Amino acid sequence: MTSANPAIAQSGGLTPQRILVFGLLALGLIAPFGVYPIFLMKGFCFALFAAAFNLLLGYVGLLSFGHAMFFGFSAYVTAHAAKEWGLTPEIAILLGVATATVLGAVTGWLAIRRSGIYFAMVTLAFSQMMYFVAVQAPFTHGEDGIQGVPRGHLLGLIDLNDTLTMYYFVFAVLVASLLFLHRIVNSPFGQVLKAIRDNEPRAISLGYEVDRYKLLAFTLSAALAGLAGSVKSLVFQLASLTDVHWHASGEVVLMTLLGGVGTVFGPSAGAFLVVAIQDYFSGIGSWVTIIQGAIFVVCVLLFRSGIVGVMAPMLKRRGIQA
Amino acid sequence: MMTIFGIPTQALFGQLLLGLINGAFYAMLSLGLALIFGLLNIINFSHGALYMMGAFVAWLFLNLLGVGYWWSLLLAPIVVAAFGILIERTMLSRLYKLDHLYGLLLTFGLALIIEGAFRQLYGISGMPYAVPPELAGGWNLGFMYLPIYRGWVVVASLILCLGSWLLIEKTKLGAYLRAGTENATLVQAFGINVPMMVTLTYGFGVALAAIAGVLAAPIYSVNPLMGSNLIIVVFAVVVIGGMGSILGAIITGFMLGLVEGLTKVFYPEAASTVIFVVMSIVLMIKPAGLFGKGN
Repeated sequence: MTSANPAIAQSGGLTPQRILVFGLLALGLIAPFGVYPIFLMKGFCFALFAAAFNLLLGYVGLLSFGHAMFFGFSAYVTAHAAKEWGLTPEIAILLGVATATVLGAVTGWLAIRRSGIYFAMVTLAFSQMMYFVAVQAPFTHGEDGIQGVPRGHLLGLIDLNDTLTMYYFVFAVLVASLLFLHRIVNSPFGQVLKAIRDNEPRAISLGYEVDRYKLLAFTLSAALAGLAGSVKSLVFQLASLTDVHWHASGEVVLMTLLGGVGTVFGPSAGAFLVVAIQDYFSGIGSWVTIIQGAIFVVCVLLFRSGIVGVMAPMLKRRGIQA
Repeated sequence: MMTIFGIPTQALFGQLLLGLINGAFYAMLSLGLALIFGLLNIINFSHGALYMMGAFVAWLFLNLLGVGYWWSLLLAPIVVAAFGILIERTMLSRLYKLDHLYGLLLTFGLALIIEGAFRQLYGISGMPYAVPPELAGGWNLGFMYLPIYRGWVVVASLILCLGSWLLIEKTKLGAYLRAGTENATLVQAFGINVPMMVTLTYGFGVALAAIAGVLAAPIYSVNPLMGSNLIIVVFAVVVIGGMGSILGAIITGFMLGLVEGLTKVFYPEAASTVIFVVMSIVLMIKPAGLFGKGN
């Protein structure tokens, strides 16, 4: 769950927690030999996107309904930089992340003036604005999107056109980002975020400048969402309007809710489930939308702690923290 | 040809009329949202989907049962409101004790289901709905040409909005409603059936959305996505106006429609984003919204 995890930081032995983490790592390393790698990479990108979103919802208690603007816009910038300017993938990704960071800082600065439901509406409105910008701006190529984005050579050396190489690159990005998020959440900064989530007036009375913490968390979340979008644009060699649409914002909420808000592994689990549903039902019209809506309703009515949230107490009895 | 600021008056007033019509829809929808929010503390994300449903029910009435526009204007809101009341009773009522964000998430899910279902059944291409013969044609006002139906939409929306305002501000029922918004527990202690009032308020807000849908059917083509495109702009309108006052929601709705219309004349590229820019400015200057109370 959300609490600081001394098992990883201090003890040296094989705790059940460590076994779970290493098990998942090993699974990630051998998975592309059994499962379609493109599907896995899509799952990883959305897992990162959901984890970034979860930093905000799970640890600051802010529901952003506009995270697609960071995801989608950084995808556009990365795709443009790689295709039109011929930059190497790591620079293109950095540019994408930088765009998302700036966008996050500006929209976050405005959005944190309201809280609760209003915050959700404000972020949704900004993301819709960026959607309209994406529809009109010439460099996004409107309905076509930016197609045929070259994956290029990482650092000029490693050829990412090889699917397996690309897979391990994406996997490494995900693992590094999750470690980074884990570190943020368990830092003193993360503790302040949780204090704001649980009781904002009390955090203010203790002398914390709540708005600065919120803005920093929002910007970090936007940057990581941007990283996910940038990597996705290289994986699929495409940046399109789908990624900036409010549906994408809704999907990341769904992934986090389904997996478990405020859990470490929940958003990843939710992301893989939602991506699997998308792939499975993609051929038959609007059923994906209907099913996603139904999952929302079921989650909210019956299942508010999500999959990992439900499983965590069971695992905890065996000494594993999910 | 007459011009104002170098713009032909025909074009200027034409865009202003379009802005006024958009404003009429913003006003009707944000009024319903504000009413529902006041009593239920829920932002009804499915409002756009229910607006679309209103238009579709009218279309289905006409094409399956041969029921015309005027009856649809009465019956479609009743049908959609009944659907809304069913949702409120079976689902929303379970969430009142939880964080308000759950209400937003639930209604978002419902919006996806409703929209997806209509898309599955009718595709995404729009279906035409003829203007009723009584309102066909137009008047030449000299400085502009006014299609009668469009004038009717603006007038009907004004009547609906002002009627709702009078109902809430000037009648006993409205007084109960306002009291319930302030302090539901206390009102219940006076022997007023608050849960019933909550249900009826939700139904009323939904009916307003459905009427807006029927009014919109002859102007825009009836299509499953018509609601979701509109509702996000309406959210921005609600943020700008603040949900503190009914009259505020109405005024903000019409005002922003006009702002959008004017932008279309003078700087068309920004027409789709201008409302969000206004929202940013309002957030900077008066975060609670133009008519909002507190934060």
